[in-house]
Amino acid sequence: MSVREAAPLTARAPVTRTSARDRRRRGGQWWVPWLFLAPALVLFLYFKFIPMARAVSMSVQEVRPYLGNTWVGGANYAEILSSDGFRSAAWNTVVLAVGQTFGSMVLGFGLALLVEGQTRKLTFIRSAAFLPVVVPLAVTAELWRIMYHPTGDGLMNQVIGLIGLGPSGFINDPHTSLASIAVTGIWRGAPYDMMIFLAGLAGIDRGLYEAATVDGASTWRRIVHVTLPGLRPVFAILFVLAAVRGFRTFTEVFLLTNGGPNGSTEVVMTLIYKLGLEQSRLGVGSAGAVLLFAATLVLTVCVQLLRRRRSA
Amino acid sequence: MSAATETALGLTESKGVGARVAKFVIYAGLFVVFAGPLLALLVGSFSHVSDPTQLSVVPNRPTLGNFRIAFDHGVLRYLLNSFFVVGFGLLLQVAVSVLAGYALARKVFPLMTLVLVAILATMMLPEEILALPLTLVLADLPVLHLNLMGTLAGMIVPLGAWAFSILVMTEFMKDVPRELEEAARIDGAGELRIFAQIILPLCKPALGVIGVFGFTMIWDQYLLPLLVAQNSSSYTLPLALRTLRIDQAVTPGVVLAASLLALLPSVLVFLFFQRSFARGLTSGALKG
Repeated sequence: MSVREAAPLTARAPVTRTSARDRRRRGGQWWVPWLFLAPALVLFLYFKFIPMARAVSMSVQEVRPYLGNTWVGGANYAEILSSDGFRSAAWNTVVLAVGQTFGSMVLGFGLALLVEGQTRKLTFIRSAAFLPVVVPLAVTAELWRIMYHPTGDGLMNQVIGLIGLGPSGFINDPHTSLASIAVTGIWRGAPYDMMIFLAGLAGIDRGLYEAATVDGASTWRRIVHVTLPGLRPVFAILFVLAAVRGFRTFTEVFLLTNGGPNGSTEVVMTLIYKLGLEQSRLGVGSAGAVLLFAATLVLTVCVQLLRRRRSA
Repeated sequence: MSAATETALGLTESKGVGARVAKFVIYAGLFVVFAGPLLALLVGSFSHVSDPTQLSVVPNRPTLGNFRIAFDHGVLRYLLNSFFVVGFGLLLQVAVSVLAGYALARKVFPLMTLVLVAILATMMLPEEILALPLTLVLADLPVLHLNLMGTLAGMIVPLGAWAFSILVMTEFMKDVPRELEEAARIDGAGELRIFAQIILPLCKPALGVIGVFGFTMIWDQYLLPLLVAQNSSSYTLPLALRTLRIDQAVTPGVVLAASLLALLPSVLVFLFFQRSFARGLTSGALKG
C-alpha cells in the first residue's frame, strides 16, 4: 500500500487541508524514511556491527567450538602483545604502510604535475597510467609474482640489469621481500593518488601561477608557494586513505609471499588469518583485529583533529 | 598562453625540440612503467610461456592454447561464478543505496544524525578486520539461522550495503529541487511514485558512479570469497588464479590467460565509464 493511500485512514476525520499538507511536506508518515533505510540498516547490522561486537566479545574469551566460550579477560591481548610473531608483524605492517603511503604520494604527486593539462595526448597517458588501479588485486599479485622471478632472466631482473643492478631475489629474499611488496603496492597506489591530486590541482586558482610567473618565480618556487599550499587538504585525505589501506593489507601479501620467507613479510592481517582459520585461535586472532581497528581509528581521528585545528 | 591552461610545471607551454624530446621521454617512461606490466600480461597470455623467464612484451610463438588449457581447468565456471556474484551484488548494492539515499536526502526524521554517523562509522570498519567474526555470522545468521558459508550468496549479501554508494546517492539526491517533489505531491503522487518517477530518473549520473565503483569493488573482492568458498566449485575467478598457479601441470602462460580474463571486465568498465569514474573519485575522496 502506498503512503498516499494510507494517509487518509490514519488521519483523524476533521483534519484541515493545510495541516495534512504540512505533514506531507515534512515527509509523510514517520515510518516512511525507516522503510527506505531498512535494507541498508539490516545489512550493516548483520555484516558490520554484529561482527564488530563479536570481535570485541571474542577477544576477551577463549573460543571453544561446541564447549562454550570462557571469559579470559585481557589474556588474549596479553598473549598477542607479548608474542614475537605479532610484534614483528605489526612492525612489518607499519613499514609497509609507511613505505607505500609515502611512495605512492610522492610518485602520484610527481605524476599529477607531469600529466596535468588538457590535451588529448595527456588524457590518453592519464588513462594508461590509471589502469593499475582497476586491475583486481589478485591479478596484480600473480602478475608481479611472475615478474619477480628470482633468476637473472626474470623480467624485473632484466629491467634492473639494464641499469647495472641485480640479479635480486625480490620476494624470495628476506632482505628485499618487504620492499618488493611495497613496490608493487606503489605501482598500484600511485596512479590513484595521481587522480586525486589532479582533481585538487584543477581547483587551484590559475591566476596565482600567472602572478607568480610575472613576479619572476621559478617553477620550483611556483610549486612550493602555490601548488603545495593549495593541495594541503588533498594531502591530508590521501594520507588517511593510504594509511588505512596500508594497515589492512592482506591480498597482496597473501598471494605474493604469504608472510615468507622466514616471516619477513608477515603483516597483521596475514597473521590474523592464520591464527583464526588455520589454527582456530579465534580469541587471539580477534584480539589482534581489535588492536588493528584501534590503530586505524586513532590514526584517522588524529589526522582529522590536526586538519580541523589547522583550518580553524 | 591563457590563464585557464596554466599548469604548475607549465609543460604545455614549453616549446622547442629539446622540450619536446624531454616530454616524449617522460610520457613514454610513464607508459612503460604503468601500462608495461599489463602489456606483458596481454602478450604472455597469447604466447607460449612455459617458464616465468619467458615473460616479455615481445610475442613468443603466438597461441590460443593457454586459454584452452585454462578452460580445461574450469576457468569458465569461475568466470560465471564471478559474473553471478558481481551481477547480483551490484543489483543489491544499487537498490539498497538508492533507497537509503532517498530517505537521507529527502526526509527529516528523528535519529537521522545517528543513522548518518553509523553509516560513516562502517567506512572505518574495513572488512578485513571483521573477517573472522564475519565467517561466524555467515555460518549462522542471527535470528534467521541460515548458513551462507560455501554459497555464492554468502559472497554477495555482505556487499549489499556500502557506505560509499549510499553517501554518493545521498549527496546527489539532495540537489534535486524541492519544487519538483512538491508539484508531484500536489498532483497526488505517492511516496513510491515520487521516488521512482521524479527523484530516481534525475540521478542517472550518480547511478553511473555507484555502478562503476560497485562493479570494480565487487569484482576485486578477494578475502570475502576466500573465507566463504569451501571448495573450488564456488571459487570466483580471482580466487582461482592461486589454485591455477599452484597446479604443477599449469604453465605461467595459462595463469596469465586466466588473469587476463579476470582483469578484462573491470578494465573495460573503467574505459567505457571513465567520466563517471572520475566524478566518483573526486566526490568520494574530496567531499568525504
